[in-house]
Amino acid sequence: MTTTAIEVEIERPDLPPLPQPPIADLRFLEEVAAATAGVSRLEMCIQCGTCGGSCPPSADMDHTPRQLFAMIRAGMRDEALRSNTPWICVSCYHCVVRCPQGVHIADVMYTLKSMAIRAKLYKDSTAPDFSQTFVDFVENYGRSFEFGLATRHYLKHYPLRLPGMVPKGFGMLARGRMDLTPHRIEGLDQFRAILARAKELEAAS
Amino acid sequence: MTSPENSSPTERIGVYVCHCGTNIAGTVDVEDVAQWAAGRLKHRGVVIARDYKFMCSSLGQEMIEKDIKELGLTRVVVAACSPHLHEQTFRTACKRAGLNPYLCELVSIREQVSWVHADKVAATGKAKAVLSGGVERVLHHEALEPLRVPIHPATLVVGGGIAGIQAALEIADGGFPVIMVEREPSIGGHMAQFDKTFPTLDCAACILTPKMVSVGTHPNITLLTYSEVTKVDGYVGNFTVTVRQKARCVKTDLCTGCGVCQEKCPKKIIDEIYEAGLGYRKAIYVPFPQAVPKYPVIDRENCTYFQKGTCKACEKFCPTGAIDFNQEDEYITLQVGNIILATGYDLFDPRRIPHYGYGRLANVFTSLEFERLSNAAGPTNGRIVLRDGVTVPKAVGVVHCVGSRDRNYNNYCSAICCMQSLKFAHLVKERTGATVFNFYIDMRTPAKAYDEFYQRVLEEGTLFVRGRVAEVTDAARLAGEEGKLIIQVEDTLAGKQRRIPVDMVILSAGMQPRADAKEAAKLFGISCSADGWYIEKHPKLDPVATMTEGIFIAGCVQGPKDIPNTVVQGAAAAARVLGRIQQKEIALEPIRASIIEAKCSGCRICNNLCPFNAILFHEDRMVSEVNPALCQGCGTCVAACPAGAITGTGFSNEQVLAQIEGLLMLNLDGRRRVAEKAEAVLA
Amino acid sequence: MTKYLLYPGCSLESNARAYHDSLMAISGPLGLELEEIHDWNCCGATEYVGISLTPAYALISRNLALAAKQANGTRTVVAPCSACYLNLAKADYYMRESPRLGVKVNTALAAGDMHYTPGSLQIRHLLDVIMNDIGLETVKRGVVRPLTGLRVAPYLGCMVPRPDYEHRWSNPEYPTELDRVLKALGAEVIDFPLKTHCCGGHMTQIGPDVAYELIRRLVHAAAEYRADMMVTLCPMCQLNIDAYQGEMNRHFGTNYRMPILFFTQLMGLAFGKDPGELGIGRELVNAHAALARIGVEVPPAEAAPAPRKPRRPKEALPMPHMPEDMEVNQ
Repeated sequence: MTTTAIEVEIERPDLPPLPQPPIADLRFLEEVAAATAGVSRLEMCIQCGTCGGSCPPSADMDHTPRQLFAMIRAGMRDEALRSNTPWICVSCYHCVVRCPQGVHIADVMYTLKSMAIRAKLYKDSTAPDFSQTFVDFVENYGRSFEFGLATRHYLKHYPLRLPGMVPKGFGMLARGRMDLTPHRIEGLDQFRAILARAKELEAAS
Repeated sequence: MTSPENSSPTERIGVYVCHCGTNIAGTVDVEDVAQWAAGRLKHRGVVIARDYKFMCSSLGQEMIEKDIKELGLTRVVVAACSPHLHEQTFRTACKRAGLNPYLCELVSIREQVSWVHADKVAATGKAKAVLSGGVERVLHHEALEPLRVPIHPATLVVGGGIAGIQAALEIADGGFPVIMVEREPSIGGHMAQFDKTFPTLDCAACILTPKMVSVGTHPNITLLTYSEVTKVDGYVGNFTVTVRQKARCVKTDLCTGCGVCQEKCPKKIIDEIYEAGLGYRKAIYVPFPQAVPKYPVIDRENCTYFQKGTCKACEKFCPTGAIDFNQEDEYITLQVGNIILATGYDLFDPRRIPHYGYGRLANVFTSLEFERLSNAAGPTNGRIVLRDGVTVPKAVGVVHCVGSRDRNYNNYCSAICCMQSLKFAHLVKERTGATVFNFYIDMRTPAKAYDEFYQRVLEEGTLFVRGRVAEVTDAARLAGEEGKLIIQVEDTLAGKQRRIPVDMVILSAGMQPRADAKEAAKLFGISCSADGWYIEKHPKLDPVATMTEGIFIAGCVQGPKDIPNTVVQGAAAAARVLGRIQQKEIALEPIRASIIEAKCSGCRICNNLCPFNAILFHEDRMVSEVNPALCQGCGTCVAACPAGAITGTGFSNEQVLAQIEGLLMLNLDGRRRVAEKAEAVLA
Repeated sequence: MTKYLLYPGCSLESNARAYHDSLMAISGPLGLELEEIHDWNCCGATEYVGISLTPAYALISRNLALAAKQANGTRTVVAPCSACYLNLAKADYYMRESPRLGVKVNTALAAGDMHYTPGSLQIRHLLDVIMNDIGLETVKRGVVRPLTGLRVAPYLGCMVPRPDYEHRWSNPEYPTELDRVLKALGAEVIDFPLKTHCCGGHMTQIGPDVAYELIRRLVHAAAEYRADMMVTLCPMCQLNIDAYQGEMNRHFGTNYRMPILFFTQLMGLAFGKDPGELGIGRELVNAHAALARIGVEVPPAEAAPAPRKPRRPKEALPMPHMPEDMEVNQ
């Protein structure tokens, strides 16, 4: 008995076009892996949840680290970069040493932070601003400047808390644990040249 | 060496080039190759060259047989797949037609040509060269006869766990003698420590002890317990094994097993082996009441008499005078034909994972510790209680995958932990009514009635959390956690981190090879993988044989597995051995090395290189000799010998050099070509 | 005298000044010669690497390049601060593991006429050097006033024991190095279950609620184990647990008073140094009450009431045997 195959025409201009699929950028996983220092091993994740189980501040994260990795692998670029998870990460490295598959979780978190900044996709800017303020001082002086950092940060984000901080500030000052002026390194020009070049290289990659 | 240009063919060679469907024919022009052979290699002795779609098929083989008979072929060369696959096929075909099977050569133009090259012209050229090499080589083949060695009917079984017991009983029931060597004072292995077995919840001892008793009373089984193998010499069918029977310090012909010595012994120590460190035994002890044999053993390191010279209470009270402090280790030499290694596994040590708290936190237990707790003959008489020996837990957590599936410890899955964890959940619920949590990554319940057991445990109300436990801690952070053990885990299905307070934590620790597995493998001359499991001959098609003829493996020594699979492997190994014994002799491949005594200088470089311990050294004549029964023809010694004194049947120097000449097609236009080429290069 | 290049880091110059003071005070008795890297810059803490990868590693590597140039007779850089230590070690490690990164970093460094060959320096933490180079015997020999009777909770925090790519620590979750040093000083070291659990890091500035909870659990556990004080090696941890303890108490309505000192300060005390020299008094949660216990004449061991160990019922099952350096003090 012979059967005839049913042939379907591919080109059917008389039919309405199909709707676009929801955005799932499957290259996102590669992008994240490529932008991470060292070898991330992100593709090895078996979703066991050890990272989420170990993470001290996980209760305050939008997504547990494991959920975030599932989202990355599913290509959910926007949701992943908007998640507050990497900003809440405290870099305690519990997840890294316990992960049975050797995923470099903490480094992936750093990558997501810098990608979120570049794409301007963070919801709450407290954490990115804090990092940026810290970095601004370092780039200007070559050293961090806690007094400056604290005042600028609290003025911008928690102005109402500043008065409450004053006693502690005096306490630290009195015990010689805080400087009121920043310390500048000698080779500041050379230092800035290095950073400028590094930024060029980063933008090009 | 025959000189290519001016020899007249002395042999009649048949050449067969296989298409292998499109595997070879898709890249190599097989018809061309066959025609080329018929023409250009005629002067070397090729009388017929055919190509065919599938040489390994019956028609293909019949083609060869027909040609041998009708054309009087004296040599056959088949150009097809790798010899690993069909060398045996074509050799047997030749044999059927009356030609010695070793006068057949199979050259690979598939794995070595068509499967690795894309350029069809170049591939066809290479195929011709490979075939030419085969033709030159086969001219130097000799009609060999396989080596026949007799098989001694006795078998050595190393290890008295369920694998060894099964194997021993099958061989003994088959009518042949078995010697079983077991390191501990009693046989039984790990299975004797368990409480119940999954999925049937049979009592482990109840199903094991009848077999143990059979072994102990079987007329065909010689049981050597508290013994270890110290030396293995010989080869398949003829092993000479030395066994060290450690001194029990008890005369077994006088001992009645009454147990008074154990009662009176004043020295109580923690039993690390049988009770998994959870219970006690005396310095003179029988590991458990159903031990086979029933004779106790004195643990010299802990016996007051051996350490300080006093006490001797056992001797005083023994009603039959069976205690003998002067007993010495005995060395027994055995002759056996086959050896079955069934030495089992060790438990992964969870002290290596400090964030699970084992060893620091009192109420964290390993799986083996829990088995002893649950066992009615255990240290708590089967009451499931906390480490204080009194309190019944109200909430228990069972942790899967401890030390398994983890590149920080052991990469593999230990196969039994999921089922074992379900079993624990069931037992805890049944005995204590406690709330039980199981923490898993995946639920692995593949075999018969296994998933049904999972369903049962679900019905009983055990709570399952899909998440790998991150830590077990006693540091209370929230209300309700004080005084408890807190299991911190991400419930991946709910998407939240949870802190679950429990009273008791059971760690399903994985399986590991025995601590001395590598040394033991060396002793027996078999291969052991990097992580310590013994290597089977073929992982799919030959799981109980090893690369060493006459030595078999069964049970967890080959890799983690459950009891049904262990029993199957024990029986399989026994069946193989029985088959060998029935045949009374075994034919060994005649492809092996041999040392030309006249050329051997006695340097002994080859002796230690041999992976199969097949080379002996004769002190009187100062020469080495290859034992043909042990030699596997690997060629290491041939390459290593600085004097070139080692050659091999099946890979003699003449054969290899001839093959090279054929590959370089020097057989076609003779040495003139080499000379021309050399001139061209030097010019 | 063993010589090392010192990378102090920004904290040791400001909020962890006590760490610096005490380190200088004990280097003599330990035979530790420290030469500060000239004109070092900030390592970026955990902030820079979250902004941009190459500049972050270039920033760190300028220090490595300076140290390599300055190295005369020593190839080892000692960093007392956890974040600095981790950054320097990680930069060197990743540049070795990923040549692409190494090339980028050195291209950036070249703009300042600098270069660093990955692997040319050894980055070690101060505790590692004290344990493994100087050795506990030397430490014990320097002890003139044993800290007998002082119950301490050793606290290492996260970034020193982990991720430990070079395998310098006995265990990334449960290292015993700090315990052993403190024992060598004569102190009573408790088996602190949270010794490598996070203090909250920079969450005090970004998400204080998260940080307070993490600080609280540490302080509570130390109090539960009846520790007189916590002893740490990380400036951030000391800052969080010390300077933010008041706010944490206000947030939860609790009244913990758990002092936290640097281990170098305790070493200095045991070596007989004056508390002022060691920066004692710089802490906000005052350590004087706890230290009074060792400032006074210690009664002989027999007279001191032995802490009541809970009596084990005779039905109790034996505990598994643990290696010597993990002997537990309840």
